Amino acid sequence: IANSYNRPTLIQLQNTREEEEEQQTTAQQEEQTKRWEATELEEEHVHDAAVPPLAGDPPAADPPSPPPSKDDFQEELVIRPLHSGDIYASFQFRTVWDADFMGDQKVSHYRLFPKSLGQVITKFSVRELHISFTQGYWRTMQWGQPYLPSPPGAELWVWFQDTVTDVDGTWKELTNVLSGIFCASLNFIDSTNTVQPSASFKPLGIGNVTDHSFLRYATLPREIVCTENLTPWKKLLPCGSKAGLSVLLKSEKLFHSTFHSQAVHVRPVCQDPQCRTTSMELRQTLNVVFDLHTSGQGKREWSLFKMFSRTLTEACPLASSSKVYVDVTDNPQGEQFELSPATPLLTQAVVLGDRRTYSVYDLTQQASFGSSRSLNMLLRWKMLRPLLHSERYVAGYGLQAGEIHTLIYNHHPYRAFPVLLLSAVPWYLRLYIHTLTVSSKGKDNRPSYIHYQPSKDRERPHLLEMLLQLPPNSVTEVTVEFERALLKWTEYTPDPNHGFYVGSSVISALVPSVVAMDTNSTLDRPLFSSFFPCKEEASYFMRVYTEPLLVNLPTPDFSMPYNVICLTCTVVAVGYGSLYNLLTRTFQVDEPSPGLAKRIANVIRRFRGVPLL
Amino acid sequence: MGLLSDPNRRRALIGMLTRMPVDWLVRTMQARGLEVYTQRFSRKLPFPDEDKERYMVKGTNVYGILRAPRAPRTEALVLSAPCSPGNENNQAVGILLGLAQYFRSQIYWAKDIIFLVNEHDLIGMQAWLEGYHHTNTTGMDWSPLQGRGGSIQAALSLELSSDVVTSLDLVLEGLNGQLPNLDLANLFYAFCQKIGVLCTTQGKLPRNDWDTTSGYSHAVQTMMLMVLKQASSRPWGDHGLFLRYHIEAASIKGVNSFRPYKTDATTVGRLLEGMYRKLNNLLERLHQSYFFYLMPSLTRFVSIGYYMPAFGLLALILLLRALDLWVQLSSPPTRTTEDGVEVVPASPGVLSILTPLVISHLTGVALYTLPVLSQELAVEHFPVSETEAVVLTAIAIYTAGLALPHNTHRLLAGEGTEQGWKVLKLVAVLYLAVLLGCTALINFSLGFILALTLVPLAAFITPHVPKTLSAVVMVILSPGLTLLFAVFFFQELQETPVTLQEGWMLYLSVISQGILDHALYGSLLYPLAALLVYPCWLLFWNILFWK
Repeated sequence: IANSYNRPTLIQLQNTREEEEEQQTTAQQEEQTKRWEATELEEEHVHDAAVPPLAGDPPAADPPSPPPSKDDFQEELVIRPLHSGDIYASFQFRTVWDADFMGDQKVSHYRLFPKSLGQVITKFSVRELHISFTQGYWRTMQWGQPYLPSPPGAELWVWFQDTVTDVDGTWKELTNVLSGIFCASLNFIDSTNTVQPSASFKPLGIGNVTDHSFLRYATLPREIVCTENLTPWKKLLPCGSKAGLSVLLKSEKLFHSTFHSQAVHVRPVCQDPQCRTTSMELRQTLNVVFDLHTSGQGKREWSLFKMFSRTLTEACPLASSSKVYVDVTDNPQGEQFELSPATPLLTQAVVLGDRRTYSVYDLTQQASFGSSRSLNMLLRWKMLRPLLHSERYVAGYGLQAGEIHTLIYNHHPYRAFPVLLLSAVPWYLRLYIHTLTVSSKGKDNRPSYIHYQPSKDRERPHLLEMLLQLPPNSVTEVTVEFERALLKWTEYTPDPNHGFYVGSSVISALVPSVVAMDTNSTLDRPLFSSFFPCKEEASYFMRVYTEPLLVNLPTPDFSMPYNVICLTCTVVAVGYGSLYNLLTRTFQVDEPSPGLAKRIANVIRRFRGVPLL
Repeated sequence: MGLLSDPNRRRALIGMLTRMPVDWLVRTMQARGLEVYTQRFSRKLPFPDEDKERYMVKGTNVYGILRAPRAPRTEALVLSAPCSPGNENNQAVGILLGLAQYFRSQIYWAKDIIFLVNEHDLIGMQAWLEGYHHTNTTGMDWSPLQGRGGSIQAALSLELSSDVVTSLDLVLEGLNGQLPNLDLANLFYAFCQKIGVLCTTQGKLPRNDWDTTSGYSHAVQTMMLMVLKQASSRPWGDHGLFLRYHIEAASIKGVNSFRPYKTDATTVGRLLEGMYRKLNNLLERLHQSYFFYLMPSLTRFVSIGYYMPAFGLLALILLLRALDLWVQLSSPPTRTTEDGVEVVPASPGVLSILTPLVISHLTGVALYTLPVLSQELAVEHFPVSETEAVVLTAIAIYTAGLALPHNTHRLLAGEGTEQGWKVLKLVAVLYLAVLLGCTALINFSLGFILALTLVPLAAFITPHVPKTLSAVVMVILSPGLTLLFAVFFFQELQETPVTLQEGWMLYLSVISQGILDHALYGSLLYPLAALLVYPCWLLFWNILFWK
């Protein structure tokens, strides 16, 4: 093991830290091999005592101090073995650029930041842009919380600058442009499926915007995500799929999985801790869950090669940081599984209210690439109980009425916490809002805030936003009845008997933390732990998406009208046509055309006013 | 009957019945990589069910969901196997678990697949479906479901009682005569042909010799069986309850007869795998084919366009008769008295029409409510069990209704005029026409059988026909006796003829089952017969005895 590093963030175990000492006392043997990644507190200390880097180190893209380089690229892969025996792999690529898109001067020189996206942001005055494409549904009960939640299908939400005057027009243009960039049918976003949530979607970057008229939110639950969406997504990366972690992104393996979600998030962030200037941050994330039960013939071993059919050989040369994290929290003594090659680096992060321990492989260090380049793991699990999860379904039968039930589970034993529930329902389900009931533990649970915007036929959907207090250890049930509208015959999709989709509801919540939150916001926290802004110590922000719904509307038998229309049109055309022809035709004897002399004579006679010949 | 008349014996019997191995099923399904949930339910029957020997029913459904990879939980398919006490359906549960294991390791699923093992067959299925759709139509107690898979597109129910089968029987008839889409039957037939399994419907093999007499009669027998089953309005398998929720469903029953060539469980598994892969590939619900059909064999069907005119012609008789009466009433024959003075008979009072209508319907209401309500009383005073009490009360009320004309006329002394019965008959004929028309639209077989028996009566009954002969004919063609004949006819068609005594016992049990089906699953035959058909027949009975 090379005891060297070129970044101030790594320290040796010998540095005095209480946690490490605990670790030392409990596991005497491990201490020789494991080091902790530093937190910021120790950073300066280490900085002074920095050891000169080894000659064999790969060239680091950035020097230790931030200012000289205007843009910075980091890549990261987190692998978490899930309780169900599946493997969750989460890629994050983060590009931070100190350019000011909102300023007057035009940004024209692009280095790491993708130009296509930068131009879009400038042209449409976008403050924040969040777009996700997901295939599959995140199984919270089996898998726990994802690092970045997303609903099935496509989701797009954008905060515009307050300089934008025609938000709806800009939004329409933007969706069309994004549709081209990501090869997706985002152009189907129109006023009928766009809403302006008043509370659920606050800006994630800096900026204190409260006027939700600059916010647009839309989902396309029907969107199918495939390789044609992945390729443009990969093209936004500085290294493409040539080097670094992105070599693992082979579509034939990524789409041979249980869950696949890719996203792009653009937001302004602070440039330095004092937040004097802002930078633009682009995060590209890709989350995928592999079902090892299927591919491993019931065995739960996995390796990078088994998952991605590739191994890692180098970091992206442009990246300032390139790391692979493996969640080993449930394996403190190595009794549940073993990881090979063993890594000496460990880090801790508070993620989703839980303190997790990760093994770290730093790809910028040559030492990480030993003789073996794959990881193998064996594991066993106990039952999982996520604090917050939800379920949604359509109740009732028949094609006239129905009821949407949303169940929100709070599994916290003693803490109640508030959640924001957002549901956007298409207009063709006519919600009876007077039937809205919210109950927990059999009692009426009155929402403290309700924002309801009724739908307009063929123009905009229903928007229902509620602030609910979830009692501890309870199920809260939100029900609302609806009536199915009869569409015009041209409004049916080509496959009307498949049913019509209702997009996922969104539950945004501040969930009480399982461990006390680490208060010092370190620069060097892993990327996956620092996406949502989190101010409160004892709770963390979380978003849960419910299942989309598939609802059958009353559908005419399209084959019958087709036949009838064809037949009647033919009969009418033949019958009416010939009758009309007969009735309006005038029969007259066709006289042979007069000779030239006669015609001239007639012209003269017309001049003179005498009858023609 | 009478098996459960002693309460102690009944308790002992119910205690004897072994429960479903819920914990084992949960563990086994979990080991196969499914998400497993359970649902508890309980139901108190209105009176003891002596056929299935149950009264206070408590049970647990176990279901495991195979989540389709990269699917958003919007669509699901269901494979169910009833787990009854004893060894009756063990093989079906075994195949279900085996298929679950095999399906789990496949990558091609686009819809979630729910493997359901339901206890107490239809009651468990009813509880599960009501829980899944969060409705409560029959007042059953069930615990809410924890896991769902979106809207269910299709379902198959498997019943298998031996390791090897000689043929597979497809059961289509569901609650209230609903049928699944014909494409489900076609799919089953296509896969049976492909794999080489003998397949039947109504237990009859398809034959190719249509033009011979024996082939024709074979087809007619098969179709008559289907008509009788459909007319019974009861679910003939666990699939029957799915149809209410617009889920295409069928039951597949393994038959082990004495044929030499046997099919093993692997082949049945392959058949099911094929069918589920086909259903999995569907983009839309099954909708392109027929929902209204009668099957003379598994390969042929009679579509609604062919059988509905037959019913239409029968209903036309009623309309013509009504028109005739209308014309007669609007131009009343003037009667010349001996003095030569023409007397126009007075038009009958509203009361003379309304009274028979109200009284016969009140009899219907009594027939509908009293049997179940008065069982306690009957058990106290007569040496019968609750079930017998209910059935015999129903028959008693039905028979007592025949005495009504005399009582009606006691109320309306001297009101019976020539005009009076004509108006009453006009009302009755139109009533019957509307009733039969609506019934035939929902459940053709039931409507057709009722039309066959009731239309001749309606056409010919007047107060002037020979009383005794007509009364005998009317009683024979009354709905109650039609049911009795249907029971004998059904047994005959199934090639299990019964003696008169057995037939009578069967008749009693059919009545109790009909009442139970109504209470448990919402079958509409009993209320239809008691509240509408029987009063309508009573109106004609009234006309016959018009004074």
